Amino acid sequence: MRIGVVTFPGSLDDRDAARAVRECGGEAVALWHGDADLKGVDAVILPGGFSYGDYLRCGAIARFAPVMDALVPAAKGGLPVLGICNGFQVLTESHLLPGALIRNDHRKFNCVDQRLVVENASTAWTSDFEAGQEITIVLKNGEGGYVADERTLDELEGEGRVVFRYVTDAEGRNPNGSYRDIAGITNARGNVVGLMPHPEHAVEAGYGPSLDGRGFFTSIITQTLESAANA
Amino acid sequence: MGSIVVDVMLKPEILDPQGQAVGGALPRLGFDGFTDVRQGKRFVLTVDGDVTDEHLTAAREAAETLLSNPVIEDVVSVRVLDGSEDGSEDGAEGGADGKGESEDGEQ
Repeated sequence: MRIGVVTFPGSLDDRDAARAVRECGGEAVALWHGDADLKGVDAVILPGGFSYGDYLRCGAIARFAPVMDALVPAAKGGLPVLGICNGFQVLTESHLLPGALIRNDHRKFNCVDQRLVVENASTAWTSDFEAGQEITIVLKNGEGGYVADERTLDELEGEGRVVFRYVTDAEGRNPNGSYRDIAGITNARGNVVGLMPHPEHAVEAGYGPSLDGRGFFTSIITQTLESAANA
Repeated sequence: MGSIVVDVMLKPEILDPQGQAVGGALPRLGFDGFTDVRQGKRFVLTVDGDVTDEHLTAAREAAETLLSNPVIEDVVSVRVLDGSEDGSEDGAEGGADGKGESEDGEQ
């Protein structure tokens, strides 16, 4: 079970993501933004950070990195891809996922232990969760407001492609102004998932608010082993 | 050496927190006549020699692919920058919808 983790100039959480993969029993493979080579991995993680300094728009320049020339067609062909935070922004800029992420409505950088509801437990990255399960992982970003037009939002909801929703506060507000409290979504096939919060920071006792992040990595590892066994 | 100006704005229906922050600061300086501020981006693309139709076509393509994200942004105009540098327009091609180019005053 080999999971690639892409490093862009400005990626921050690539090592944490690789560590999370190892902690959960997988092999982490370093992928480089400048190489259009996925090294035969079984799945890919686009990690958090500030690729290219977030210049132009978050994820906008990373989208055109050579590694994306290999990743985009592979993802369209069914390769499991998880985009975390900046990785989610890269996935929307790449049009692998619909919508976009804009500056938090309150204009402040957020860093909180965030409660989420898992809405879809049948994607490649969430099969070890139960639908409706509540998890707590770290949310840390300045541009995490999920936006899309009404039709796209309706389509996402109608097709069960909202994967995670923020648990709102007492006033009914989510942490960044995301439309319909959306924290994470998937493509129609369920192999590409993007979310703003960080599962890789919640995999080890003593670090982070919980061990809830482990489910992301064990889901993909279990699923890939099963599909290998059935091949 | 010619240049092409590309102007990109967030779509009107997309929240603009940066514009709101600027809008919130204006009254503190005594500018209280402005009811809304939206912040956009201007790119100046420079070429060797004069700007040709090919340059403009390429600039329009770049504007739609890299310089803007059609999900949240509109390319407001793509036009040749007049040599006189202060942005006064020669109206050449592009979606120069005559909009917003009243910047020849003061400063």
